[in-house]
Amino acid sequence: MRRLLGAAALALLGAAAAWALTAPDPLPAAQASLAGDAARGATLFAAAGCASCHAAEGAAPSDAPVLSGGRAFVTAFGTFRAPNISPSPQGIGDWSDAEVMNAVMRGVGREGQHLYPALPYTSYVKAEPQDVADIVAFLRTLPPSDAANVPNDVGFPFSIRRALGAWKLLFLRDEWVLQGDLDPQVERGRYLAEAMVHCAQCHTPRNALGGLRTDAWLSGAPNPSGEGRIPGIDPGSLDWTAADIATYLATGFTPDFDVAGGTMAEVIANSTSRLPAEDRAAIAAYVKAVPAVGGG
Amino acid sequence: MARFTLALLAGAALAAGTLAVAQDMMAPEVARDARQGHMKAFGEALRTLGGMAQGQVAYDAAAAREAADALLANAASPDWAVMWPQGSAQGEIADSAALPAIWENMADFQAKHQALVDAATAMQAAAGTDLASLQAALGPVGASCAGCHQVYRAPQG
Repeated sequence: MRRLLGAAALALLGAAAAWALTAPDPLPAAQASLAGDAARGATLFAAAGCASCHAAEGAAPSDAPVLSGGRAFVTAFGTFRAPNISPSPQGIGDWSDAEVMNAVMRGVGREGQHLYPALPYTSYVKAEPQDVADIVAFLRTLPPSDAANVPNDVGFPFSIRRALGAWKLLFLRDEWVLQGDLDPQVERGRYLAEAMVHCAQCHTPRNALGGLRTDAWLSGAPNPSGEGRIPGIDPGSLDWTAADIATYLATGFTPDFDVAGGTMAEVIANSTSRLPAEDRAAIAAYVKAVPAVGGG
Repeated sequence: MARFTLALLAGAALAAGTLAVAQDMMAPEVARDARQGHMKAFGEALRTLGGMAQGQVAYDAAAAREAADALLANAASPDWAVMWPQGSAQGEIADSAALPAIWENMADFQAKHQALVDAATAMQAAAGTDLASLQAALGPVGASCAGCHQVYRAPQG
């Protein structure tokens, strides 16, 4: 008990010192107040892959998915539940555009609290604010759901949201992982893969604190919510051609004409198959351009 | 006419398969090998059809028709009624990727198989017509594969 009190006192001291540093950091007002274009947002919404997590478990892919949430993500840090983000009072119906944008791009909730990075804002932070504004406008056109949100089940110490401020200092970075002079196609692919489709959130291993290991980018990782492994897709792990990758993202067919199952089938159905062919080619070019990590 | 006959035969085979509840199931290992053989055969037929759809191989109506016939024959094989015995799930026998969920949701599993037969039937009607028809028919075939793999097959790799 005394040790616990001591730890609590230490934590308080540390928290006091770190308070300013760990404060939620919302978007500049000029970015958060951009007007969105819902028509343009439809394709961007597919690219961002929102439906793969926020549609109900087992829901059929759709042009107008019901984003009722509820899906559970069991991780080492606890069980996270995708919230209802449909345009209803239980969802984001009462949120302002700026509030949604701050959640998506900064991981800052409506009450100014830190959100858990199960929401991949470490990817969306790199997105163009206008693109996110367009996605928000599109979200408001989707069917409402009155499904109640299921609380996360996150144990101590991860239940202290303020600590996520420190986590963000370490891992919420808006610089690109693939640096250098890139040709326009790879640059487009980098935008899609790193900022929107968020491939790395599953395909890149995490360190002990749950941050993505940029030194092992896209080299495969344990399945965050289930058994088995998410395969590596860096050039050292995957020997498919760029055309193979683009075809797979369009159809789900591997070069051996096996067909994707599991989570990737949902990503293809909800996201990559709905993109223009040149965007899939750009993602493929990016995947071929990242450093080889896996030993093949 | 030949295609019509084949479609009839395939339909009959499927009906026979559906009715064959009393038929003996294969032994688990035999069933697993039969399943893997069928999946491989799907892959071979799809390599031809997909290769043409993706422009990797020139469209050839006769070859496309042959592959589509094989796809349908395979999808509607009477084996489907007997190659999913209890005790052949992943963990119950070696090298099985079949998830136990199959046996907990057999009606849904069979509906997903029917979706495959429907898509393969449509492909058989389309493949020999022209490339655009083949391409249009390929999406539903892939979707039916994915629909089942997503819930009933263990993750690969």
